[in-house]
Amino acid sequence: MLSDLLKWGGKRPGQPGADPSRPGNGDDPVVASKALPKFLSALNQQTSPVLIDFGPVIGSNVEYFGERLGCKLFIEDLFSEVDRHTRTATLPDLPASFEKRFRHGDASADGVLCWDVFDFLDKTAAQALARQVVRMLRPGGAVMGFFCTSGVEGATFTKYEIVDDSSLRHRRHSGVGGHRRAVQNRDIIRMFEGLIVSDSFLLKNNTREILLRAR
Amino acid sequence: MWKRDEAVKPTVPAGSGPTPAPPVGAPPAAEATRMTPSESPRGMEKTTVNIGKSVVIKGELNGSEDLTIEGQVEGKIELRQNVLTIGPNGRIKAQVFAKAVIILGEVTGNVTATEKVDIRDNGSVDGDIAAPRVAIAEGAHFRGSIDMQRTGGKAETKADVKADVKPAAASQPSPQPAGAGASR
Repeated sequence: MLSDLLKWGGKRPGQPGADPSRPGNGDDPVVASKALPKFLSALNQQTSPVLIDFGPVIGSNVEYFGERLGCKLFIEDLFSEVDRHTRTATLPDLPASFEKRFRHGDASADGVLCWDVFDFLDKTAAQALARQVVRMLRPGGAVMGFFCTSGVEGATFTKYEIVDDSSLRHRRHSGVGGHRRAVQNRDIIRMFEGLIVSDSFLLKNNTREILLRAR
Repeated sequence: MWKRDEAVKPTVPAGSGPTPAPPVGAPPAAEATRMTPSESPRGMEKTTVNIGKSVVIKGELNGSEDLTIEGQVEGKIELRQNVLTIGPNGRIKAQVFAKAVIILGEVTGNVTATEKVDIRDNGSVDGDIAAPRVAIAEGAHFRGSIDMQRTGGKAETKADVKADVKPAAASQPSPQPAGAGASR
């Protein structure tokens, strides 16, 4: 009991006043990532790399990429975009919105963090987004994406918080989520035409971590 | 009578001229602002100017005091040596330059700080941030880019950032309430 209180700084997660969003607060699992170290290694080869993050803004990730790696970070929270379109039943408009959304020039990014956003997109939207990723990525740049192995109805989004160079904390996201579909490996290769799959890992939790590189 | 007059006169300081007017501190928009309680002129050193909820400013806002905005500002805000706080009711459509910026309301526009940008819970920024340190709380909204201005080598710039931030933090005891950044 006492050790628990000390662990949580005197406040238990369910206790009023406890901050449920504080990293490490709650039962969010920390999962080892095989692709993350390779992605970071690719970024480290550049000075002041430009990084595009498709996930929601997370303070500690900003600190990690901005302060530790010296990245110029662009936050493009596509999960909130998917969430908004799901709520307003305008998901068919997503592909067109991807065409207009990104202000980045061609070959301007050293890295793109896709997380698992492609799982929540239909084929057309995924294709449109992948086209933008390929367009924005510099030669030598890297893309990291997570893909599930089986579809899930009513799945919720996950926030991926960097714990260290090789592990991520998977946190609940408040977004609606929706249908999560499994994208086949061959479809991933087709979607990202122009990039090569440099590394692919199947984790114990059945997530495929895929790292793509621009030639 | 004569003696009484003589007795009164010495109480007025000799050669001091007219009685000094109460300190004003030159707030940027006198009608729109109210000073935090500070009775003595010496207390003015740490004043914060507030722009209230009902105030709408269009144009350029410059100053040399810490400023809290609860109203609306459109244009440009420059407080190069001071802390700017956008309160929960603040709505800013402006380019912002300050020493430190604390955001609890909404900002649309680019934010540049020489020390730190702190987006608190429910704070919202649509624009690009340039600052050596950026803190974004859970529940904050952000869309744009973050540049922590590290143009040199990585190790070298890290040292520079620390050197820049620490003395300023010492001279500015409480630019943000306790617990800031705890939810990151």
